[in-house]
Amino acid sequence: MGELVKVKHLHKEYGRNVVLKDIDLSVKKGEVVVIIGPSGCGKSTFLRCLNGLEEIQGGVITVDGLPVEPDKKDITKIRQKIGMVFQSYDLFPHKTVLENVVLAPVKVQKRYKDDAIREALVLLDKVGLADKKDYYPRQLSGGQKQRVAIVRALLMHPEVILFDEVTAALDPEMVHEVLQTMLDLARSGSTMIIVTHEMAFAKAVADRIVFFDQGEIVEETTDVKGFFENPSTDRAKRFLKTFAYE
Amino acid sequence: MDIEVIRSYIPLYNEALLLTFKIGMLGILTAFIIGLSGAAALYFKVPVIGKILTAYIELFRNTPLLVQLFFIYFALPKLGIRISAQTCGIMGLGLIGGAYMIETMRSGLESIDIIQSESALSLGMSKGQVFWNIILPQAISISIPGIMANVIFLLKETSVFSTISLMDLMFTAKDLIGMYAKTIECLFLLVVYYLIMLLPVSILGSVVERRVRYAGFGD
Ligand SMILES: Nc1ncnc2c1ncn2[C@@H]1O[C@H](COP(=O)(O)OP(=O)(O)O)[C@@H](O)[C@H]1O
Ligand SMILES: [Mg+2]
Repeated sequence: MGELVKVKHLHKEYGRNVVLKDIDLSVKKGEVVVIIGPSGCGKSTFLRCLNGLEEIQGGVITVDGLPVEPDKKDITKIRQKIGMVFQSYDLFPHKTVLENVVLAPVKVQKRYKDDAIREALVLLDKVGLADKKDYYPRQLSGGQKQRVAIVRALLMHPEVILFDEVTAALDPEMVHEVLQTMLDLARSGSTMIIVTHEMAFAKAVADRIVFFDQGEIVEETTDVKGFFENPSTDRAKRFLKTFAYE
Repeated sequence: MDIEVIRSYIPLYNEALLLTFKIGMLGILTAFIIGLSGAAALYFKVPVIGKILTAYIELFRNTPLLVQLFFIYFALPKLGIRISAQTCGIMGLGLIGGAYMIETMRSGLESIDIIQSESALSLGMSKGQVFWNIILPQAISISIPGIMANVIFLLKETSVFSTISLMDLMFTAKDLIGMYAKTIECLFLLVVYYLIMLLPVSILGSVVERRVRYAGFGD
């Protein structure tokens, strides 16, 4: 009970290249799971499988009890339960900030535009961007764009939000404002699955750490502090070490 | 040049301009509709339609409009299909233009980064919603220069309409020259009238281009 996202024996390959091997993972409501691991180990692919952007070749993924199957009509309903924020800025360049965030609530959830706008302004204000509501994405900094992308996901009232290295493309001075927004979210009880290379942030925000390597979950623990001080597998040790010197 | 002659020809040229412009615009509208639906079909990789469209594009882009018009106007009646010269002009222009418009809009659609549709899909939008709200507006903005170039190309191509005896600008000029041999005046008017038709379109094109191009949003 209380398990929002459930992954059983997930198998994913591109042609002959096996990218995810027999992944099992469950995420409870309100939990913040942080996925770390070397680049190319399948973290992005894993997140994309969760909201049906990728076909899977084996296993079952359910969100809120509903199976995630990319080609079923239901997929749009399931995706409304899963927010996603990508690494690259993915705002719609031909729409203003406000239009970006209310588009899906109005078109997909058929909410009244006035209601959506009212809520959007509250959320934009929370991330300090209310005064930018009529700007176009290209007039924003990278950090501002990512905060808008987070608001855009939140406005759909998703059950869980996926974050795929959302600060990786940012200038260092903008990383903080985005991480702060995510920390606030985590503290407010949101369910989040976060892929990140920001180790200090991971330590601060995670209820559980999942370490991926070569398409497998190598280590998984709720002892977040313990993991960073002394991980139990050699692969995780090696990974954290290369990190310390970067 | 004889100003009096020019003055007396003007009403005829006006009429011809109107006809040319009308047929041109209807043909271009047809071309645009063919272009949009064709490009959408290619974008969504609709199975059989894709092959048919590719054949259509190759056929119409690699044969002269004149030949296509002859075929529609002189060959189809032999098969029992009779159409008026005007309809024929509109069809011919629409079909050749459609082939060019499909290519222009298809490349516009394909130039939109995949992340745009993925992030829209992630918000729970259907493929149709993503196409209309996210992909198409951006693709059209990007395609505007190409679309405008097609429009001008098509308006110029109307000059072959005279061969199926539509009383367009070209026809009128040739007719008057044959009749009264005022060659210089007739050709002068011909150039002026084509400019009257095309220059505003050109200028409108660059204005629209500047306003709609999405890279310009927020300027
Ligand atoms: N569309 C694709 N086609 C083929 N291979 C892919 C595709 N996307 C990712 N991969 C491969 O899958 C593996 C995992 O990639 P990814 O999930 O992006 O890793 P990470 O996010 O951990 O850096 C990599 O080896 C990558 O080359
Ligand atoms: Mg990645």
